Amino acid sequence: MSRRARFAWFWLATITIVVMTPLASFAAGESIGGTLIQRLEDEKLPIEGVTITVSQDGNEIGAGESAAGGKWEISVPGAGIYQVRLETSTLPDGVALTDPDKEELPNVEVRDGQTKKVLFPLGEGIVSSVSTYERVGFLFVAGLKLGAIIALSAVGLSLVFGVTGLVNFAHAEMVTLGAVAAYFFHASPAGPQWPLVVAVFPAVLVGVAFGWIQERGLWRPLRARHTGLVAMMVVSIGLSFAVRNLILIFFGGEPRAYPDFAGQAPIEILGIPMVPKQLITIGVSLIVLAGVGLFLQRSRSGTAMRAVADDADLAESSGINVDRIILITWMLAGGLAALGGTFFGLNQAIQWDMGFKLLLLIFAAVVLGGLGTAYGAMVGGFIVGVTVEMSTLIFPNELKTAVGLVLLIVILLVKPQGLLGKKERIG
Amino acid sequence: MDWGSVLIDGLLSTIGPITAAYAISAIGLNLQFGYAGLLNFGHVAFMLVGAYGTAITVNLGGPLWLGIIVGILAAALLGLLIGLPTLRLRADYLAITTIAVAEVIRLLVRSSWAQPLTNGVFGIQGFADSFFDLNPFAPAELYGFGTFVVTGRKLWVMLVGWTLVVLLTLLVRRLIKSPWGRVLKAIREDEDATIALGKNVFAYKLQALMIGGAIAGIAGILLAVEQRNVTPDAYLPKITFILYVIVILGGAGTILGPIVGAVVFQFLFFTIDALMVNAQANIGWVGDFLTPAAAGQIKLVLVGVGMMVLMIFRPQGILGNKEEALIDER
Repeated sequence: MSRRARFAWFWLATITIVVMTPLASFAAGESIGGTLIQRLEDEKLPIEGVTITVSQDGNEIGAGESAAGGKWEISVPGAGIYQVRLETSTLPDGVALTDPDKEELPNVEVRDGQTKKVLFPLGEGIVSSVSTYERVGFLFVAGLKLGAIIALSAVGLSLVFGVTGLVNFAHAEMVTLGAVAAYFFHASPAGPQWPLVVAVFPAVLVGVAFGWIQERGLWRPLRARHTGLVAMMVVSIGLSFAVRNLILIFFGGEPRAYPDFAGQAPIEILGIPMVPKQLITIGVSLIVLAGVGLFLQRSRSGTAMRAVADDADLAESSGINVDRIILITWMLAGGLAALGGTFFGLNQAIQWDMGFKLLLLIFAAVVLGGLGTAYGAMVGGFIVGVTVEMSTLIFPNELKTAVGLVLLIVILLVKPQGLLGKKERIG
Repeated sequence: MDWGSVLIDGLLSTIGPITAAYAISAIGLNLQFGYAGLLNFGHVAFMLVGAYGTAITVNLGGPLWLGIIVGILAAALLGLLIGLPTLRLRADYLAITTIAVAEVIRLLVRSSWAQPLTNGVFGIQGFADSFFDLNPFAPAELYGFGTFVVTGRKLWVMLVGWTLVVLLTLLVRRLIKSPWGRVLKAIREDEDATIALGKNVFAYKLQALMIGGAIAGIAGILLAVEQRNVTPDAYLPKITFILYVIVILGGAGTILGPIVGAVVFQFLFFTIDALMVNAQANIGWVGDFLTPAAAGQIKLVLVGVGMMVLMIFRPQGILGNKEEALIDER
């Protein structure tokens, strides 16, 4: 190439770059993208690994797969009308388009420089033509599952109230921490990536440790200072606020799912569709709750726990080490809450404020059963869970938490000591 | 680091209309919690009801002044509705019930059922126009000196907001110095003794809840007018908790506590904010790991820690008196 030609090429290239740079940032990179989110009950779960193809007049332009967080983006050559198709065969089991006809979107218009957002609404794969019997049965099982989660979390809150008199708002974060810890041991790239059935054990230990740290580091010193119970309640709100936002910083705001058991296909029992993990949640919870009951009835620590809850001074004077019993209660509460949190994350999504969302329903369960009673919290949990889920037969889905809270308010008005609580002055 | 601009940014936000709204809401909470000893954890619901009362009235064609009256009355009515069934309950039960009621109201307002009236999650806009028509300042012009300036629009809201703060403080002062206020404090100190003196404790508590609620309704209206927008998800329980920090920080059960608390809290909040933004921009290694989102969350962690430390080490706050500090026994 001659020197002159090279010179000309150089300038041409330079001018092209200079002219194109602002245009490039503006015009280049038309694409079609979106986020695949499955709406499951109230939660939004990102769906990964689903193939989406883009074509124009029958010619395939590009294909892509949804990545972490359900995000996908496919570049297209320029502005125009495209057809976007979601390959339903690549959807995980149990996930389906809420509108099966919307598998292909025939008229997606992309303008200059635009990243066109396209939505594929996803739901549970059982929406099509369910009978009332199936729907009632499904909601009942879903209610038992939610009830199991609430009961697991509520027992600890109620026991702690029983032995210390404290309504611990930070109990919500004990739930979240359990779910997040299980995620760390199970799915985090920085963690050991154990299967979820293994990861749940260290997660429960984290919960136990959090209970121990709270009691030794905060609540016992506060009792020694004779801090009032209302003041302690305000302290627990501060703790809840701080821990919740710390979890947000480290875990991020996006909801996540445990890779194990994600998108399970429903099975049919007695003609009612159920997701196996719901049944596992209910079964394991019942076994654990029965174990807690045995512990309270039969073991020395459990009996002592009930004695302290009944009358701490009397228990102390009959030789029970009250501080030790309170410590055990906190550890038990932490472990149970962590297990409840893991089940909550398994069935819905793991998110930084999941515990706080559940807290008011936990309160409802505890008050319904009788504040301070372990068995009341278990019964209350199941009643609240079933009521909340079944309420969607009548009320819109977004109001189901409100229904649970109305139940709480009604119980307080009608029978404030709860179903299993002793009559005492609460006014 | 540019310390001057950090300080000016912090101060400008501190004297802004949002601080005034928080101070007003805290005045209402102080009446309920500081003077009457009511552990109302659903305070944000009063702000929501006030704001929506106004917005819906204007949206349906009413004038703004009528909307404001409706908002305040609706907030007082909410106090009556919450108070009638729950005020006989012990403090911890009251706390649980009120926070539940506040969440129920928020969920109802954002539900599809209420959408025709409340416009659901999208909220209501454009109800505050006639308020800004009254603005005597030029809306877009800057008032102040140097870099310490606010727009005429903001100045107008500030002026109204802080005037309300002063008026409501005088009102509460008057109430508290009256025999009514002394009974209220007596209930906080020893409810049984007050009953023994023949006072109708329940009625006094209910009145305190309603008046405090109406004041919080005013705060909600001011906030909605300032933002020209009401959406249900602006009224999360965390607002209530921040108001508790403000009341306790200033000194629960003191006349000036809510104002001092709101100003100090907002100054710390905004200055830490400006500090972190400045550090991100000017100090390389800070900007590397501190994202703007994380900075916002760190602030909230500090709010939580501050709430704990304050409650443990100085429950009487800045202005409070240790002997008179509430919340010692259940």
